[in-house]
Amino acid sequence: MEHMGVEPGRLSFSWISSAESTKFVDVVKDVTATVKALGPNNNFKKAADKVT
Amino acid sequence: MLGYIDKIREISKRLLDEGRVDMVVGFRKGSMPMMNEPSFIKNSGEVSKLVWDSNCGINLANYLTDRKEKIGVIAKGCDSRNIVTHILENKIKRDQLVIIGVPCKGMIDRRLITAMFDTEVREVNEKGDTVTVKGAGFEKKLKKSDILQDNCSKCIHRNPVLYDELAAPLVEEQKDIDRYAEVRRIEAMSPQEKWQYFEDLIAPCIRCYACRNACPLCYCPTCFVDESRPQWVGKSQDETDIRTFHFLRAYHCAGRCTDCGACERACPVGIKVRQFTSKLNKDCLDMFGWEAGVLPDQRPPLDTFKPADPGDFIK
Repeated sequence: MEHMGVEPGRLSFSWISSAESTKFVDVVKDVTATVKALGPNNNFKKAADKVT
Repeated sequence: MLGYIDKIREISKRLLDEGRVDMVVGFRKGSMPMMNEPSFIKNSGEVSKLVWDSNCGINLANYLTDRKEKIGVIAKGCDSRNIVTHILENKIKRDQLVIIGVPCKGMIDRRLITAMFDTEVREVNEKGDTVTVKGAGFEKKLKKSDILQDNCSKCIHRNPVLYDELAAPLVEEQKDIDRYAEVRRIEAMSPQEKWQYFEDLIAPCIRCYACRNACPLCYCPTCFVDESRPQWVGKSQDETDIRTFHFLRAYHCAGRCTDCGACERACPVGIKVRQFTSKLNKDCLDMFGWEAGVLPDQRPPLDTFKPADPGDFIK
């Protein structure tokens, strides 16, 4: 994905067990913060849906 | 390469006469120059139709998928690697095949030649390493090494990896080839530049799916782009739909692509389709030390697990 121009950080993979609720929360917080920092993605949207 | 044809015909005739195969898949002369087409020879009287020159770029493994009969197939280096992939993926059985290996010195790029001249190219002949191109009012001699298909000029598997008969002595493999210079150039770009690069690359795409149809890996009974329930990808000319098609198709070829160049050769608008698969080929080589279709007895990296597989991307 990064090779086609998606910024690093916009896509993440994690391995979280159903027992690891705290890890889940941490990961969600982390991912949301990273994506928020990157701002809205306007690249992969159909013309009609673009945020202007 | 021209001299191979007598031997190819002789082997094909023998296989058909002895009843070892029901048909031979090879090439016959196309109706246009530089466009040899696949041919299915079912009786030995027809073997004279077979031809071999530097315009046999189509990948013949594409015509083996799910066949039930015994087949003699003419295989360049890349075709043979795709045959290996087909066998690994149970699309054909090894004992159905008699592989007629043809050591290959590369196929010529018809798009490159067509672009060199203002008027139509009517005749292309070759002798040794010289290719003579003729048209209305011009005749030009070209060196074959200057007009090879891009993938052929970077090929490191010219000899078939798996064969039962050989049409000619094995050729020397190219060494010290930098196969991934272009991929590294893209890797070095910023995300926005990468995005733009691929946007420009696929801009002319008309979604004819010629790349998919020419590809021996694309044998799904219903391709994800044709599926309508659920509809995985939009069918419009919107750039997101075109991009989704190209990237998903490339992902489906990860660890399987042999860089035979059939997609690029088939594209009617000249998109460098291999730019998508090259990155995945490079990654497979870097991460798993894998080249598709070279080892007949090993499972491809994406359908096995090894403890040493890289997993740094999982946080």
